[in-house]
Amino acid sequence: MTDIIKDKAIVSDEWTVLRLSEEQTPDAVEVPAGKTIVPLQVWLLQREALIQRDDISVWFNSDEQAKDLKDDIARFSLLAVNFPKFSDGRGYSIAFNLRSRFGFTGELRAIGDVLRDQLFYMQRVGFNAFAVRADKNIHDAIKGLTDFSEKYQTSWDEKNPLFRRAKRAGAEV
Amino acid sequence: MYRYDQHDHQIIKERIAQFRDQVRRRLANELTEEEFLPLRLQNGLYFQRHAYMLRVAVPYGMLSSEQMRVFALIARKYDRGYGHFTTRQNIQYNWINLEDAPDILEHLAKVEMHAIQTSGNCMRNITSDEFAGVAADEVIDPRAYAEILRQWTTFHPEFAYLPRKFKIAINGSKEDRAAIAVHDIGLTVVHNEAGEVGFRVMVGGGMGRTPILGSVIREFLPWQHVMTYLEAILRIYNQYGRRDNKYKARIKILVKAIGADVFAKQVEEEWADIKDGPATLTEAELNRVASFFSTPDYTNLPAQDAAFEQHKEQNKAFANWVKRNVKPHKVAGYSAVVLSLKKPGVPPGDATAEQMDFIADLADKYSFGELRVTHEQNLVLADVKQSDLFAVWEEAKSHGVATPNIGLLTDMICCPGGDFCALANAKSIPIALDITDRFNDLDYLHDIGDIELNMSGCINACGHHHVGNIGVLGVDKDGSEWYQVSIGGAQGNQAAIGKIIGPSFSAGQMPEVIERIIQVYLRDRLDNERFIDTTQRLGITPFKEFVYATPIKTTEHHGEDAGSVVSY
Repeated sequence: MTDIIKDKAIVSDEWTVLRLSEEQTPDAVEVPAGKTIVPLQVWLLQREALIQRDDISVWFNSDEQAKDLKDDIARFSLLAVNFPKFSDGRGYSIAFNLRSRFGFTGELRAIGDVLRDQLFYMQRVGFNAFAVRADKNIHDAIKGLTDFSEKYQTSWDEKNPLFRRAKRAGAEV
Repeated sequence: MYRYDQHDHQIIKERIAQFRDQVRRRLANELTEEEFLPLRLQNGLYFQRHAYMLRVAVPYGMLSSEQMRVFALIARKYDRGYGHFTTRQNIQYNWINLEDAPDILEHLAKVEMHAIQTSGNCMRNITSDEFAGVAADEVIDPRAYAEILRQWTTFHPEFAYLPRKFKIAINGSKEDRAAIAVHDIGLTVVHNEAGEVGFRVMVGGGMGRTPILGSVIREFLPWQHVMTYLEAILRIYNQYGRRDNKYKARIKILVKAIGADVFAKQVEEEWADIKDGPATLTEAELNRVASFFSTPDYTNLPAQDAAFEQHKEQNKAFANWVKRNVKPHKVAGYSAVVLSLKKPGVPPGDATAEQMDFIADLADKYSFGELRVTHEQNLVLADVKQSDLFAVWEEAKSHGVATPNIGLLTDMICCPGGDFCALANAKSIPIALDITDRFNDLDYLHDIGDIELNMSGCINACGHHHVGNIGVLGVDKDGSEWYQVSIGGAQGNQAAIGKIIGPSFSAGQMPEVIERIIQVYLRDRLDNERFIDTTQRLGITPFKEFVYATPIKTTEHHGEDAGSVVSY
C-alpha cells in the first residue's frame, strides 16, 4: 500500500504498476495476481487472458496514444499515463485525448516522474490522481494543485474560456 | 494599449507567489537544479556565464512610458544600470541574482508586466509588427489578436512541456515586419474574397541549425477559429515532434519530415473535433480586447508642416535622420520615429537606465505615452506630429538615440554572444563594434543604403544571421573563434536564407571582409539597386572571388575585451 493523491486528497492505494525489466517481453511477461496496472503493450498482446480479470488496468507510456486502446477504454475504471521524465509533455495530450476524445470518466492517474510543480497543469488536462515520485514528500506535492485560482483557456477542467465565464472590462472611453 | 482587469492581476499575483516558493525550495535544496531548470526558464531566467539573465516579456513589442520607467528602475536597482532589447521585442537583464527575481517580478506586476514563458520549451511571447496600428501599409491591426493569443498561450496546461520552444508571430500589414516566415507559426491577418477577416497560417519556419522558411498550411482561417486551430497544431506537435535530439525537435523538422501537406491534413483532422467548440473566439471578446487598441486622440493636421520642411532643407543632419529614422504614418501630419539603439561603441540593442527614463519622457511628451520595441532591437515612438520631429531629434541626439542609421549597415541585429551567453561559440558584440567603427562615415553608409547585417554568436541564431542580407555566424574551430559569412538572406515578404560564401574568418578580419563585400556591391550595382537585389541577381560568386582574392588584413580590436570596452 502506498499513498497517492486522488481527488485532491491523500489516500492509500492498492494498485501495483507492472514495469517490464529488460529481459521481459510484453507478450510473455507473467502478470501477477492482484490489482495490477499493466503496460499498454501487455494488455494488447495478452488481451484474451487479461480480459477475464477484473483487477487489471492499463498504463500508457509517453510515446503511445490514447487511440491505441480505443474500444477497450470504457472497460476500465482506472487508466494511468507514465511520465518517464517530468519534462516530457506528451502525457498531457494523452490525458486530454482520453478524456475529451474518448470520453474516459474513470480515475486517470499520472505515474512516473510526477512532481509538485507539474500537478496543476496535469489536473487541468484531466488527471485526477497522482502517484508522486516516491522520494518526494506527498504532503508538500499536493500544494501544487492549488497554485492558481483562475485560468484563461479551455482544457478538460474548464469547458469555457475565461472570456465566456467572466464579465471582463473593456477600455474606458 | 491593453490594460489588465482583476483576472489578469490575479493570475500574475499567483504566479509570483508560486515562483517565490519555487525559488525558496531551490535555495533550500528541496528542488534539484534539474527540477528547477524548466520552472525558472518558463519565468525567463537563464543561467549565463556570469550571473542569471532575466528576460521580461514585452507583449507584441508594446509598452507604456510607465512600464519603461520600471525597466529603468530594475536596471538600476538589480542590474548594472542597463538592459538589452532583443530580437523578439523583449528586454533582458544580464546581471540578476536568483534571490532578487521574485521581487523584480513584483515590480513588473505593478505595471502589468511579467516574464512568463519568455524561455523554455513552451509557447513564447507573441511578436508582431512594431508599427501595428499606425503603419501606412497596414491592412488589419493585429494587436487585438496578439493579445487574445497572449492570454490563450499563458499557462496553457497541455503545451508547457513541448519538444522545444515555440514562437508565434503575427503581421497585419502588406510588408511583413514580423519575420513570420521564420517562426514556428506565422500568422498574417488577411481579408478573403468576401471581405471577411481571417488568417493565412504558416508553420514550420525557423532558424537555428536548420534554417527553413515556413509553409502555408491554410490560406484562410476565419478569425473565430484561431485558438482552436492553433490548439490542433500544438497537439499534433506535442505528440509527434521529436524529443530524442534537441536539434531536431522544433516543429519545422516534423513538418519537413512528413511534408507540409500531410501535416496540414493531420491538423484539419485534429481540428474537426474542437472546431466551433467553446474555445471559439466571440465577437464580444474581440471587440472588448480591440477597444484597448483604439485610435489615440489625433489632432487634425495638414499633411505637410512648413517648419518641418524648412528644417529638413536647412539641416542636413536632420534630413538624414528623417530619411532613415522617420517612418510613414496612416494619419496625415503624423510620423513614427525609430530611436536607434545602435550607437557606435555600444552593443546593439542596449539602453542605459538613464536613456530608458529619457525615452519614457519623450513618449509622454510627444507620443501619447506609448513605445514599441522592434525586432531589429530599436525603439519606436509611434505617433509623433511632424511639427515635433525637429524637437524630438534634438532631444534624442543629446541622449545618444538619434544615430541616423535605421536600415543601414550599422543598424545590426546582434545577439549578446560569447561575452554573456553560455551557449555561444564566439563573441558577437566586439565584432559588431569593430564593424561599426569601420563604417563610421555617414555619407558612405547612406550611399550603401538599405542593408541588413545580422550576427549570431552560435548556431541557435538569436541574431537571425540566416535572414541577414549579410549574415555572420560565430563558430568554434579547435577552441578559437571564427566567423562564417553568408549573403543573400532576407526577412519580410521576400524572405530567403543566405548562402555561405566560403571558409570562415578571424575576428580581426571581419571589418575588412564586410568592406570587401560592400565594394563588390558598389562596383556591380545597377541604378537604385539595393544590396539584397544585387546579391540575389549576381549570386555569391563575384563576392566570393573578391573577398578571397588577396590576403585579408587583420584589424586589432582596440579594447581589452568586449565586456569592458563598453562604457555606460
